[in-house]
Amino acid sequence: MSDQIQKPSTRKGKKMLPVGHYRGLSSWTIAFFIFLYLPIIVLIVYSFNANRMVMNWGGFGIDWYLKAFNNSDIQKAVWNSLIVATVATVFATAIATIGALVLARGGNFRGKTVSLGLITLPLMVPEIVTAVAVLIFFSAIGMNLGLGNVIIAHITFCIPFAFMPIRARLEGMDTTLEQAGRDLYASQWETFRFVTMPLLMPGIVAGAMLAFVISMDDFIITLMVGGAGSTTLPVYIYSMIRRGLTPEINAVSTMLLLASIAIVTAYWILSRKTQTSTEH
Amino acid sequence: MSDWLPKSAAGRRWLGLAPSYFVIGIFMLIPMVIMGVFSFLEPNPYGGVKPIGSLAAYIKIAFEYDLEDKLVFNPGYLNIIFRSFQLSFGATLLCLIFGFPVAYYITLQPENRRNFYIYLVTIPFWTNLLIRTFAWIIILGRGGVIEAPLLATGIIDDSLRMMYSDGAIAIGLTYSYLPLMVLPIYASLEKLDFRLLDAASDLYANRFEIMTKVVIPLSKPGIIAGCILVFIPCLGAFIAPNLLGGGKKLMLGSLVQFQFASARNWPFGGALSMLLLSVVIITLIFYARAAKNRAAMEGSA
Repeated sequence: MSDQIQKPSTRKGKKMLPVGHYRGLSSWTIAFFIFLYLPIIVLIVYSFNANRMVMNWGGFGIDWYLKAFNNSDIQKAVWNSLIVATVATVFATAIATIGALVLARGGNFRGKTVSLGLITLPLMVPEIVTAVAVLIFFSAIGMNLGLGNVIIAHITFCIPFAFMPIRARLEGMDTTLEQAGRDLYASQWETFRFVTMPLLMPGIVAGAMLAFVISMDDFIITLMVGGAGSTTLPVYIYSMIRRGLTPEINAVSTMLLLASIAIVTAYWILSRKTQTSTEH
Repeated sequence: MSDWLPKSAAGRRWLGLAPSYFVIGIFMLIPMVIMGVFSFLEPNPYGGVKPIGSLAAYIKIAFEYDLEDKLVFNPGYLNIIFRSFQLSFGATLLCLIFGFPVAYYITLQPENRRNFYIYLVTIPFWTNLLIRTFAWIIILGRGGVIEAPLLATGIIDDSLRMMYSDGAIAIGLTYSYLPLMVLPIYASLEKLDFRLLDAASDLYANRFEIMTKVVIPLSKPGIIAGCILVFIPCLGAFIAPNLLGGGKKLMLGSLVQFQFASARNWPFGGALSMLLLSVVIITLIFYARAAKNRAAMEGSA
């Protein structure tokens, strides 16, 4: 973090920063990242607190991790979260993929802007409004599928997150390969199956990863839509916080946090690789 | 793209878009319409609505019935709405002040390092907001990370009472949405032609003028986008006011949740959601207009 390699230009005999550089910028950035990461670090450190009370440090221990692992409610919540996220990811990614193919390769057509707006709608509406609207809807039509209701809500708001990387990939892709396939007498289907799909795959995987993370982390919509039997991990963590602060919350949270970071890091590495591979 | 698909291009298009329309239309658009309709009905005391038209939910935002059944002005809810706007503006401003220099700093870096910084900025955004907000309780709370050393060394001898205040909510909101400010500003600064800065310098502009007359105006689209991306979720925030503000410091988002979880007044909750939604729509229209004007100006230039 040292942009302060101050190429000392000797204008007016004083040591000066290059044009466009400002003093204190790197310290400001360091402070920014401390602010951004402090809560995450605090959370992880305090998960190893041996004390019953979160705030009072009582020595290092992994007791709370063991306790969390053996907590059957947590196990059930983790299962629910995994089921919801997996099903929602599969459906949302499939729906987003065909939608993205049409919007990126279908040329200009009437209703294109409207379609784009509709697909990205869940990004623009505040989460609490979505949660309330879906809750009202399910109760108005009398639909009560337990975890099924939660899954449907998750598919809906995961679509735009899966959609964006897939569309970005399609728009960055060179169409000459597809044209070459057609010139070599491949049918439309063969071109799609053997040229477009393999090239698009990194985008689809990236979209699926984002959808999965977003679904795993969702709290408000699940809290409102989910009934008694469909508690997911974030909703369970919320109920733990309300009951009183113990390091067990930190232990569970740390595991969820690290899982998200691992997936996003994989996504990041993947998208960087594909960036360089499309350039060749 | 096989034989069983519709022959016409238009048919294929709509077949491809049909699942998106189906899912988002039925499970998002129609629910919002129903919510709008419900906000004009009478509440059922056990949750849900009675099929009787009524404006009571909207009247309730600013008025209440006194003991003699007369309508009197009650600013209780309006105060909550006003505070939501205040806190959201405050958090947006803090994000801008805190985030802009960082976005600018990242653009000054060599390209491979820039990507890594952006990765660092996005990581917290993809991790669970509830958990990250909970961590602030440990930091700000009674005897927490900030207070403990101060208490131990005797600098303070009583709790600073940082939790359950507007300040705590503002910190929580700023923290929650900071990445959403940095990313769009970075996106517009990245396109900045740094030769313009040299040109300004050659024309005897000082550092301050270069920043205020060249860099900031050229990154305006990113600044506006960032402010909208931060402001909208702040206004509907539920987690930060709930965990850091305690039960008492309500904001619009937590007020809506309360109507469904405890108060069982669905029409009122619906009306508040409609209010929230209309603010979003007005903001987006304003944004689309500004973008159009900009495009027109650039086109004519």
